[in-house]
Amino acid sequence: MKIAIASGKGGTGKTTLAVNLALRAAESTRVTLVDLDVEEPNSGIFIKGDLIREQQMFRLVPQWEKELCTRCGKCAEVCLYNAVLKLGETIMVLPQLCHSCHACSELCPVGALPMRDQPLGYLRHYRLGKLDFIESKLDIGVEMASPLIGQTLDYVRTNCPETNITFQDCPPGTSCAVINATKHADMVILVTEPTPFGLYDLSLAVDTMRHLGKSIAVVINRQGIGNEDVFRYCEAEKIPVWAVLPNRREIAELYSRGEIIYPKVEQFRQGLDAILQKLDALPRTI
Amino acid sequence: MKEIVIISGKGGTGKTSVAAALAFIVPKAVMADCDVDAADLHLILKPEIRTSEDFYSGVKAEIDPGMCIGCWECERVCRFNAISHASSIYKVNPLDCEGCGYCNQICPAQAISLPQQMVGQCFVSDTRFGCRLVHAKLGIGADNSGKLVAKVKKEAKKEALRTGMDYILVDGSPGIGCPVISSLSGADFVILVTEPTLSGLSDLQRVWQLTDQFKIPAGCLINKADLNPQITAQIKDFLDQQGIRHLDDLPYDEDFSQAITLGQSLVEIDPPKWKTRFDLIWQSIIKELS
Amino acid sequence: MKIAFTSTGTDWDAKIDPRFGRTDFILFYDEDTEEISTLDNREIVNVAHGAGPKTAQHIFEHAPDILITGNGPGGNAAAILATMHLKIYTGAGGMTVREAYDALKNNQLPEGV
Repeated sequence: MKIAIASGKGGTGKTTLAVNLALRAAESTRVTLVDLDVEEPNSGIFIKGDLIREQQMFRLVPQWEKELCTRCGKCAEVCLYNAVLKLGETIMVLPQLCHSCHACSELCPVGALPMRDQPLGYLRHYRLGKLDFIESKLDIGVEMASPLIGQTLDYVRTNCPETNITFQDCPPGTSCAVINATKHADMVILVTEPTPFGLYDLSLAVDTMRHLGKSIAVVINRQGIGNEDVFRYCEAEKIPVWAVLPNRREIAELYSRGEIIYPKVEQFRQGLDAILQKLDALPRTI
Repeated sequence: MKEIVIISGKGGTGKTSVAAALAFIVPKAVMADCDVDAADLHLILKPEIRTSEDFYSGVKAEIDPGMCIGCWECERVCRFNAISHASSIYKVNPLDCEGCGYCNQICPAQAISLPQQMVGQCFVSDTRFGCRLVHAKLGIGADNSGKLVAKVKKEAKKEALRTGMDYILVDGSPGIGCPVISSLSGADFVILVTEPTLSGLSDLQRVWQLTDQFKIPAGCLINKADLNPQITAQIKDFLDQQGIRHLDDLPYDEDFSQAITLGQSLVEIDPPKWKTRFDLIWQSIIKELS
Repeated sequence: MKIAFTSTGTDWDAKIDPRFGRTDFILFYDEDTEEISTLDNREIVNVAHGAGPKTAQHIFEHAPDILITGNGPGGNAAAILATMHLKIYTGAGGMTVREAYDALKNNQLPEGV
């Protein structure tokens, strides 16, 4: 069962929920947590496991073979991303703009742009008791989140077969990185806070997930601030609210130091247990 | 006319709260919301839309079934698995299509076109603060792009010139990608809003690596500074090293969420407490600008 | 010396466009012939990604010796400009082309990206 944890707005507590939920669940079953917020992965700050594998991740980008090139300019003409440019007698490839579509490479009449591995970043696989934790981090300056997200999910599929439940910590927003991170999940938990900002961004995320045909549940974080509008919205839209987590300065302080919340805040633990119960009760076909 | 951009790297640090407070304080300004993925400034400024314009960006493939000869070439070359067929009907899944145009290049029957995509709308609005707001709304799965950010900023500039404003305040894009670069382009000053958490510090460092390329003078606001004095000290060291002006420490304060809940800026809900503070912040920014 | 300016117009009194990639015009001044020519770059508005590199390519094709702009190009554009023998001066945002030219002659513009 693959559970994506997402939110429309950044900073609502996605990572806090994913990390705490995974650790709590791993007290009784095999769990995988994967951090797909590859631009700014922060789950690793909270999990101190044993590093069992570290590997560099790559994608394919064209590389110019000067000697073979006839300077016909076809490659630059077909690239709609301005990632391949013809500068006088030189062909320049800008890997940061390349989407790895292979068009320039395969349409080159003389094969002067073979596709070669280009580093994307690193994947690290940690183990802590029954928890497998996988995070991928883009190298700075590499803007292509989607291919790394896809490859990280492939890694989890082949390397964590015994897991009973996988939690996917997704990037914020509603962009294509989020769609790539959620599209193969069985269920999406949207984390929000009960303020007008939280509500508005939640409504965007709900529209996106419905468009993808996902079943969704909401977790409301920082209950105590804001108002009741998020609850009303969920009721009107018939979206189940699986848990309500408290707003406490103590939680913010624990988070700031990179600590786990639930062993120290009883109410937070109860919220996690409520979510795990809901997940347990899901039909086994998922 | 000066352009000031507010960015944060990490979400939820209070960037929009700062933008809303400055919108109230700064005289003769046009606001531009370039955080189009989670554009929240309008929830405080409550704009009345004056003009709206459809926004087109990027292309996606479309197959004309009347011209398609079912040869499978397009599906074969697509690296994004965006083309599939049932019997001999070929279809593009727009959510997977990255608009590379390879299929269009290779189709022997010229059955594939690449129409520009309407990805959202761009608005110019009046606000209850008196300032104009330029903002945008993206469609589902559409990505913020340098092009949209440039469009929002350009409209803001036009509006500022037309109405004789002195400042453009830009609520910048999150992350470290192309939209942020576009938010920074042409700016006179950058305000970095951060928080003293391990994630906040790490994201600040990442976004600064990018900002530093553009040689724009920058200042930093540390929000929730009292939450973790140790990391706040680390942030200040980092600012010193990098030559970033430390503008102020803001406290961990429920007023932030209270203001959002009331749909107001901090400066409105408790003027004695916040007005002087943001006035001073603005004064130090002006000093940096001259 | 041939000097390129990112500009918002086509004459000496036009303002420098502080943006690099999405500059409206590129104005070239040839000191030897004292001629001004401009390249209309406004089509760049239709480019979703990679505006900087595209503009850098236009500059490459005109092979100036000096570029004067506002904030300076981003990483991708800088990589292209680095392949040319080109000196880049930034910090001219807000000036007119004439003022920027004078500032260059008086060594008042910061060099490099």
